[in-house]
Amino acid sequence: MPTSDNKKQAVVTDYNLPDERGHFGPYGGLFVGETLMESIDELNKAYAKFIRDPDFLAELDADLHDYVGRPSPIYYAERLTKETGGAQIYLKREDLNHTGAHKINNTIGQALLAKRMGKTRIIAETGAGQHGVATATVAARLGLECVIYMGAEDIQRQSPNVYRMKLLGAKVVAVTSGSQTLKDALNEALRDWVTNIDNTYYIIGTVAGPHPYPAMVRDFQTIIGRESREQMMAKTGHLPDALVACVGGGSNAIGLFHPFIEDESVSIYGVEAAGLGVETGQHSAPLNAGKPGVLHGNRTYLMADENGEIIETHSISAGLDYPGVGPEHAWLKDIGRAEYVSIKDDEALAAFHQLTRVEGIIPALESSHAVAYAIKLAKTMSKDQTILVCLSGRGDKDIFTIAELEGIEL
Amino acid sequence: MSRLDQCFKALKDSKQKALVPFITAGDPSADFTLNCMHEMVKAGASIIELGVPFSDPMADGPVIQRASERALANRMSLRGVIEIVRAFRETDQTTPVILMGYLNPIEFMGYETFASAAAEAGVDGVLTVDIPPEESADLIAAYDQHGLAPIFLLSPTSHENRIKKVSAVAKGYIYYVSLKGVTGAGNLELGEIETKIKEIKQHTSLPIAIGFGVKNADIAANIAKIGDAVVVGSALINCITDHLDNQTQGQQGISSLLSEMRTAMDAVTQ
Ligand SMILES: Cc1ncc(COP(=O)(O)O)c(C=O)c1O
Repeated sequence: MPTSDNKKQAVVTDYNLPDERGHFGPYGGLFVGETLMESIDELNKAYAKFIRDPDFLAELDADLHDYVGRPSPIYYAERLTKETGGAQIYLKREDLNHTGAHKINNTIGQALLAKRMGKTRIIAETGAGQHGVATATVAARLGLECVIYMGAEDIQRQSPNVYRMKLLGAKVVAVTSGSQTLKDALNEALRDWVTNIDNTYYIIGTVAGPHPYPAMVRDFQTIIGRESREQMMAKTGHLPDALVACVGGGSNAIGLFHPFIEDESVSIYGVEAAGLGVETGQHSAPLNAGKPGVLHGNRTYLMADENGEIIETHSISAGLDYPGVGPEHAWLKDIGRAEYVSIKDDEALAAFHQLTRVEGIIPALESSHAVAYAIKLAKTMSKDQTILVCLSGRGDKDIFTIAELEGIEL
Repeated sequence: MSRLDQCFKALKDSKQKALVPFITAGDPSADFTLNCMHEMVKAGASIIELGVPFSDPMADGPVIQRASERALANRMSLRGVIEIVRAFRETDQTTPVILMGYLNPIEFMGYETFASAAAEAGVDGVLTVDIPPEESADLIAAYDQHGLAPIFLLSPTSHENRIKKVSAVAKGYIYYVSLKGVTGAGNLELGEIETKIKEIKQHTSLPIAIGFGVKNADIAANIAKIGDAVVVGSALINCITDHLDNQTQGQQGISSLLSEMRTAMDAVTQ
């Protein structure tokens, strides 16, 4: 059960993380092999320069507006609210972005940076294929060579997205090592990067990886939260009482949360995938059931066995199926500013159907986790309160998974 | 004097370079690894690097990835690797042993617990691929406490400021990664390596080991002319992979490759 919204979260002022070496308290940092250090240094300098460069920012803004279709609207889910009873539920419609998810906010930013750095080749990892599609899309638009690493198992689960990436001109490489899922795709992308450092830019798809990725991806995703503040003020006259977003690596979540961190009146909920149930071990909820360690370039909560070997995760949604989580979420959890909860496969599935049925919006399975928690939370809150849910993506990509689960042949 | 320092001093006296084999502990079994360590010493190995298997070996090519997977399937762990070293030390007190792996198993065991257990078992140094000097202060403090050498990598992309940073904290030797890429990859550019080693030597008096891409005796001999130690990994593990159904043959393959390398290296330095 959700804890009541009356439970106080920590008050945070003068929030200004990470430090110059990428630390969020003990989390984050820069844990990579020596061969990558110079490239990451180069990336750090380029990012620090261009994120303050008016020309760069103007080009980014124009792209977000004309190509992605921003600002994305905020929608009042009236029938869902009524059916639920309790707080008013609003949806931030990242599903309406070009390519159907929030992922493109980040890929546009990083691809423009890659171009400014003179890189001609883009690589990326992908799980559900959303980040791969978003990367292949911007690579096509900017005329950059594009290679996407994807676990062999995910290629099976997400074949429509594989085909989309190929149509967009990307080469999709099946990763057959380890558990053949997102984490292994990330490993393989890192291996490509050290081998092709001179001409290659690695677009990481979430707030993971070595510094500066967690901060940089966050900065590109905070467009979600910055728009939301203004839109909620315009629509309701005040800030939302609670924010809810799903957490895979945590990029849509931190994008929504970050601009509200210092707002005492706003409670923040990140929703991890509980899979078959956190108690079964078959889940992807490191903040709920993991332990701090180091993977993929940063220190954060991880799902690993007692020897520190990363264990296989489970979620109905490929985009949440990752054993780590962005280091900033680890910090927000530890200081008590945000609460990290979890939603099981079947609860997400029920929310998927409910939103589709009563609002005519087919949500991504990832986003369905956020919707499911918002429904639980709304019931504990009063009618004059508001919840803003990040609807991170649309569910078209998931209809095959769902049909299969329900024994329907398409 | 530490075992590592003694080793390099003895090699210098006999005008030899160190031959440093790398195998993944527990691949295909702990017994094989222990026996192989002794056999490698007989075949001319000077220092042994034992790979600690990890579920996500980001800096390794396919050969060592598979070795890691086989070892993990056999339930090898960081504690298990330390036990292999303890058993090795029962009969060999002179050959230095270095553990090479990734940070997370050490994070989970705890820096102090790990450092004390490893040192007590007879480990001489630890090379952790995914921790640069900038993040290493606590780890190095634990190693110092127990006399373990923190071994760091330098690479073709390391410019002067990085060479200085690494030289300031490294002990035992510095491992020069001779190519951009993962273990087992590509072809070596001897001229470029030589230039880089000269640059590194301006900042450190530590021995320099060179590895990644050493596949045969010829290459080993050429590398021996440039560096103080020659590291060979994937080529040895290929011997194991090629004979998974006959471990004795795998062992013989490893021993004969190392003997050839030893002979070829000595021929150019003695
Ligand atoms: C629609 C959607 N939401 C959420 C996620 C999870 O990523 P993150 O936690 O970085 O937002 C994904 C990842 O593929 C996604 O496709």
